[in-house]
Amino acid sequence: MDETQIVILVFVLGTLKSATPLVFASLGGLVSERSGVIQIALEGFMLMGALWGAIIAYETHSAWLGLLASCTASILLAWIYAYFVIQLKADQIITGTAINIFAVGIAPLITKVIFSSTGSTPNLDTVARFHTAPLFLAIFFVILVQYWFFKTRSGLIIRFAGEDPQILTASGISVTRVRWYALTACGFFCGLGGASLSLFLASSYSPIMTAGRGFVALAALIFGKWKPLPAVFACILFAAVDALQIRLQGVFPLIPVQFIQILPYVVTVIALAGFFGESPAPKAIGKR
Amino acid sequence: MKKSFLGLIIGILISALLASFAGENPFHTIQVLFESAFGSSYDMGLTLFYATSYIFTGLSVAIAFHAGLFNIGAEGQLTMGVLAASWIGVLLPNLPYPLSTLVAILAALIFGAIWGFIPGWLRAYRKSHEVIVTMMLNFIAAGLANYVVLNLIKNPNTQNPESAPVGQNYHLLSHDFIQNLFTDSPANFSFIIAILVALLIHFVLDKTVFGFELKASGANEEAAHMSGIESKKFRMLAMTISGMLASLVALNEVLGSAHRFRIGFSVDYGFVGIAVALLARNNPLGIIFSGLLFGVLQKGASDLDIETEFITRDFGKVIQAILILSITVFYFSDLERIKKWMKRKS
Repeated sequence: MDETQIVILVFVLGTLKSATPLVFASLGGLVSERSGVIQIALEGFMLMGALWGAIIAYETHSAWLGLLASCTASILLAWIYAYFVIQLKADQIITGTAINIFAVGIAPLITKVIFSSTGSTPNLDTVARFHTAPLFLAIFFVILVQYWFFKTRSGLIIRFAGEDPQILTASGISVTRVRWYALTACGFFCGLGGASLSLFLASSYSPIMTAGRGFVALAALIFGKWKPLPAVFACILFAAVDALQIRLQGVFPLIPVQFIQILPYVVTVIALAGFFGESPAPKAIGKR
Repeated sequence: MKKSFLGLIIGILISALLASFAGENPFHTIQVLFESAFGSSYDMGLTLFYATSYIFTGLSVAIAFHAGLFNIGAEGQLTMGVLAASWIGVLLPNLPYPLSTLVAILAALIFGAIWGFIPGWLRAYRKSHEVIVTMMLNFIAAGLANYVVLNLIKNPNTQNPESAPVGQNYHLLSHDFIQNLFTDSPANFSFIIAILVALLIHFVLDKTVFGFELKASGANEEAAHMSGIESKKFRMLAMTISGMLASLVALNEVLGSAHRFRIGFSVDYGFVGIAVALLARNNPLGIIFSGLLFGVLQKGASDLDIETEFITRDFGKVIQAILILSITVFYFSDLERIKKWMKRKS
């Protein structure tokens, strides 16, 4: 291989790697929003997942136990969210924001109690980290969700909960219950996303390491018109901008580094501006 | 107001409970919190200082709420405002006194307005969801401010990440009566301005046609459209005004106290503004009081960090989140349903 091929290969691998948490988060957002529940708490779920994933992986020296802990933490937080928006019918956007603020605030307390540090967890050794697994998990779950959503009865039920919940009620299916399941799945995917952040992309938990990825994933979801495969491609696109951003930092010394760093966010806004066509949301989304 | 208050009490109780899980005496926690907020005139000054910015961001979030929009971009908007004011102050240090402050405020308002207009326009005419756009704009604002402060107007005399100080003429008042009351604290005349702005917004929303149409476009877009109100225009305007209100934090920060852009100056003013607005049920006059309350919480939480073993300054965020949740539940859902539900459980 000559040098340009290596550069391209490194770039592609870097893109896929940084796309992994985005893909998981957008799958989580997809399941939640297609069931009719607005989901802006992806950020908070992932952050809790990343934190507990790193803690348990550090204590047990097992990346897989870390992953399990990450999913558990994220699902628990998703259940708190579900309790507020489904049972108490609280405003979904406000509740989601509160969950995000809560996650950012509680994380330092947890690290302080466990590690007496107000920020990061200690570095993980190589056996406690993932090297490729989350990438393959992501591919597996994307195919699974695509199949589940469009080829199975339960997938259809979830889509109906978001488009026309009255029909479900009329046919004797509890919309409340469907949404609880959907939010559990959302928490699970965000847990996978969080674990890929702290155990795959990085080698420890650091404060606010989600860095807006929950929102970028949501933008990818809208960009992909709330469909699994297009949303995943949007995630890869955003990840490519991010990988490009990291590569560009040393290349053009004349362009200030801050301008290159904000590139992914600028691209997200432009994508959201809908210069690529209309993107209709699920009809019953946010209806309480 | 009763419902909000009930939510507030329950929120504080849950927070204290959470503190006790971390091994802290909840009564001690609450005691430290209040002592730290009101202990001395310096402490009270700091509380007032935080409250001033919270009132501005609370008003910012509230006016967007009235138009049916959720502005989580106050953080970016105030960053742009503070950036504009300090940039002008460093570039033109010798403008004569009243003119200098006016120019700085105007610059802040323009930057804030732009940062509100972008998501407003995108929402009204491109149907882009304002929550994601404003969140992205928060990151972009932070990046831009970082660049300008550290590359263009950096303070050469310090290692701290901050801009050079603005000219003497930009100081709001060299010794205003608020500063005299709370010696050495950053409290300043901006507090009075914040109250005046709250009164102004109250007047505009309640007593003018503009305010009525703005609220109508938020309450029911279709009905507003039927009666000839262009709700698109009002959403855009509301978001722009929201950005301008957030940018007024520059008064408190640049003209009133620090006289420069300090990277990381904002203790999440923009996000706390959401809780401030919710607690006051988006009522501008109520925001004065809820802004003060969150000032107390912010000041208290920063001292909990020192006074307790496990509680960090970020614990303030936990309290905010729990308050937002409990207030939302009590305020937006009808109490009868909760009572019925609680009866069924017991």
